Amino acid sequence: MKNVVDPTKKVDLQKFVVFGVAVLLFGFFAILRPAYASYSNIMTIVLSTCVNGLLAIGVTFVIITGGIDLSVGPLMTFTGIMSGTALTVWGLPIWLCILIGILSGIFIGMCSGLLVTKLKLPPFIATMAMMMVLKGLNLVISGVKPIYFTSVKGYQKIALGSAFGIPGFYNAILIFVAFAIVGHIILSKTLLGRYAYAIGSNTQAARLSGIRVDTWIIVVYATSGFFCSIAGLIMSSRLNSAQPQLGPGYELEAIAAAVIGGTSLAGGVGTIVGTLIGAFIMSELQNGLRTLAVSPEWQFVVIGMVLILSVAVDQLRRKNV
Amino acid sequence: MARELINMVHIEKEYPGVKALKDVSFQLLSGEVHALVGENGAGKSTLVKILVGEEKLDAGQIFVNGVETPITSIRESQKLGIIMIHQELNLMNHLTVAQNIFIGREHQYKRGLFLDDEELNRESKKIFDQLNLNIDPTVKVGDLTVAKQQMVEIAKALSYDPEVLIMDEPTASLTDSEIEDLFNVIRVLRKEGKGIIHISHRLDELQQISDRITVLRDGNYIDTRKTSEFTIDEIIKMMVGRSIYVEKPENNVLPGAPLSLEVKGLTCEKLVKDVSFNLQKGEILGFSGLVGAGRTETARAIFGADKLKSGQIFVHGKEVKITSPHAAIKQGIAYLSEDRKRYGLSLGMRVSINIALANMAHFINPIGFIKNHMINKNAKEKVESLNIKTPSINQLVRFLSGGNQQKVVLGKWLTRDSSILIFDEPTRGIDVGAKSEIYKLLNELAAQGKSIIMISSELPEILRLCNRVIVMCEGRVTGELKGDEITQEAVIRYATQR
Repeated sequence: MKNVVDPTKKVDLQKFVVFGVAVLLFGFFAILRPAYASYSNIMTIVLSTCVNGLLAIGVTFVIITGGIDLSVGPLMTFTGIMSGTALTVWGLPIWLCILIGILSGIFIGMCSGLLVTKLKLPPFIATMAMMMVLKGLNLVISGVKPIYFTSVKGYQKIALGSAFGIPGFYNAILIFVAFAIVGHIILSKTLLGRYAYAIGSNTQAARLSGIRVDTWIIVVYATSGFFCSIAGLIMSSRLNSAQPQLGPGYELEAIAAAVIGGTSLAGGVGTIVGTLIGAFIMSELQNGLRTLAVSPEWQFVVIGMVLILSVAVDQLRRKNV
Repeated sequence: MARELINMVHIEKEYPGVKALKDVSFQLLSGEVHALVGENGAGKSTLVKILVGEEKLDAGQIFVNGVETPITSIRESQKLGIIMIHQELNLMNHLTVAQNIFIGREHQYKRGLFLDDEELNRESKKIFDQLNLNIDPTVKVGDLTVAKQQMVEIAKALSYDPEVLIMDEPTASLTDSEIEDLFNVIRVLRKEGKGIIHISHRLDELQQISDRITVLRDGNYIDTRKTSEFTIDEIIKMMVGRSIYVEKPENNVLPGAPLSLEVKGLTCEKLVKDVSFNLQKGEILGFSGLVGAGRTETARAIFGADKLKSGQIFVHGKEVKITSPHAAIKQGIAYLSEDRKRYGLSLGMRVSINIALANMAHFINPIGFIKNHMINKNAKEKVESLNIKTPSINQLVRFLSGGNQQKVVLGKWLTRDSSILIFDEPTRGIDVGAKSEIYKLLNELAAQGKSIIMISSELPEILRLCNRVIVMCEGRVTGELKGDEITQEAVIRYATQR
């Protein structure tokens, strides 16, 4: 009953190409520096992918609808600061503090969604403004000082413990993988994902099909906020504190990961698997360049080039089809 | 017994500046195919858009099954079983065929929280079998041909199990056998007592399938009759109206005037199929046809805005390769887009700059500074010669009326000294007075030896200005009319010829 057709293969081919690049890069660094391929280094790379990976998942949802979310970096920090405030100022139990962090992420996401749909702000402007607001709020709420979670025993274990007792296999990785799977399932198997693609593919058609476009866009931004809050949890746990200055810059890395992974800024195209590979390529590069003792300044240059290359290749491929 | 499914009474609708529907009534019975005909802009699409809740009505009532029912959203009309197949394809290219068909109704096919694509595929397959179609439900819609996409639209509509099915020119991109399959489905629906509203420009097709015909003209209700009581000629006469004053232009093109543009076998990806024609010096050549006939696409191809697949273009007898608008402008070709606000003007800039913009190289001194006095001098000349009504040449173009904006665009191309001017719907959205001024200008330009192509959907203006008309339908030239042969009836006949 199911006859396989060529066009569906095209997408898989692209994902395969990105995956191939990830493998090639790995091989390249491993040959130059055998230590690069060691178990502990691989785990270091994966650990450093966690935060960017989660942010990139959130931003992928938004980009698929044809929007953009520039607020994910400061939003991640904001959720950590809200948790920390709940703990140190309000004295709430830690589980409630974490919940408040997550809810604040969802809330801010919803606000961005409302700005985009009800006030009709272009997503770029709405989320850039949100980024600035959050950057400021982070400093104001924290009083420009880190908020420490040291009063809670084992808070750092949330990210840096290892549930299975395997050395190097941190809980952060576990959380990351679990929520990546959740993200993948939401995007590919639920209404939210289906409508995200539908809206990004042809908003007018989606509206004419009776889809409540505005509502779903708000839900999508809220989803992005949710993933930011998980990233915020990992970040604050790793540092055992919420650092108010942290955050700006992360949003661009997240968008870069999504784009390298094949997400189209025009909307309608993208997958979580692709985004994860994109995020992994970025960590892999940063780590590899560091082991080769390339200075951080040059690392930026190389990553920028990779971004140009990956999108250019995609454009050329599309032209030739 | 046929019962009344839909009754729309005294419907009024006004868009800014246009009265789209004036006291229009329309009734649909169960078990009938009711055709809605009229020229472009007659109000057919607006009427059905109101019925499905896509547009709001200004006045009037809608009765569904005899009960007054205000319809304000697409979800409401869907619930009432009123489903529309749109004229433009409304599909999501990145989703699969089955996902497109069931978009918005996935909750009926869910397992718990998760979507069930397998089930969607099976249901789609059932509909395709009913339609006698061979489309794989798992393919992405963007990878299908336009005709197949159209069939997906139709399958999507049928999957709602509609009580009332509205088809807005569904057959424009279908082959004869596909149309026959579609008509068979319609006949089945009719037998089941469903009501079908069919909008089409193919009059022969309406005679095949429809039971009654309602004619609209310029937003007015004209008449409703049984199809068997109409001949095609009668329908055409009712569509265009009988009494239109036609001022025949004098044939001021000399018989031996040189050809300024010759096009041979022009073919593009999109809607341009083997188009050939020529244009004489000092001629105004009309391009007529329905929306989507490929006229604009032909113009864009000549102007280098779209890529050519094959064909030759000769300018003043010499073959030229036009690969970009830049190259076309160099050859003296200008294209005045129908959407002047989007493509023709920099709305936030002054009249004077807009007029100079296509020829800036002419207005800078050797070290690159802009010679403002030259720009102003040129603008003053053009404002005067084209009679552009503006308080000053420093006025922002945004604040001018539509007709004067159009003249600014014209001034821009005249500054460039273009010899071949392609006007695409030059009078769209401008008032009657400004229209006649534009007509006068076109005649003057032709008399000065410019060659003009005028694309227009308004027959009266084609009749008024052109001595020769090319009629297109679905990307092909279907007719060329000269002098007395140019009548509304003849143009419509060619424009609806497949």
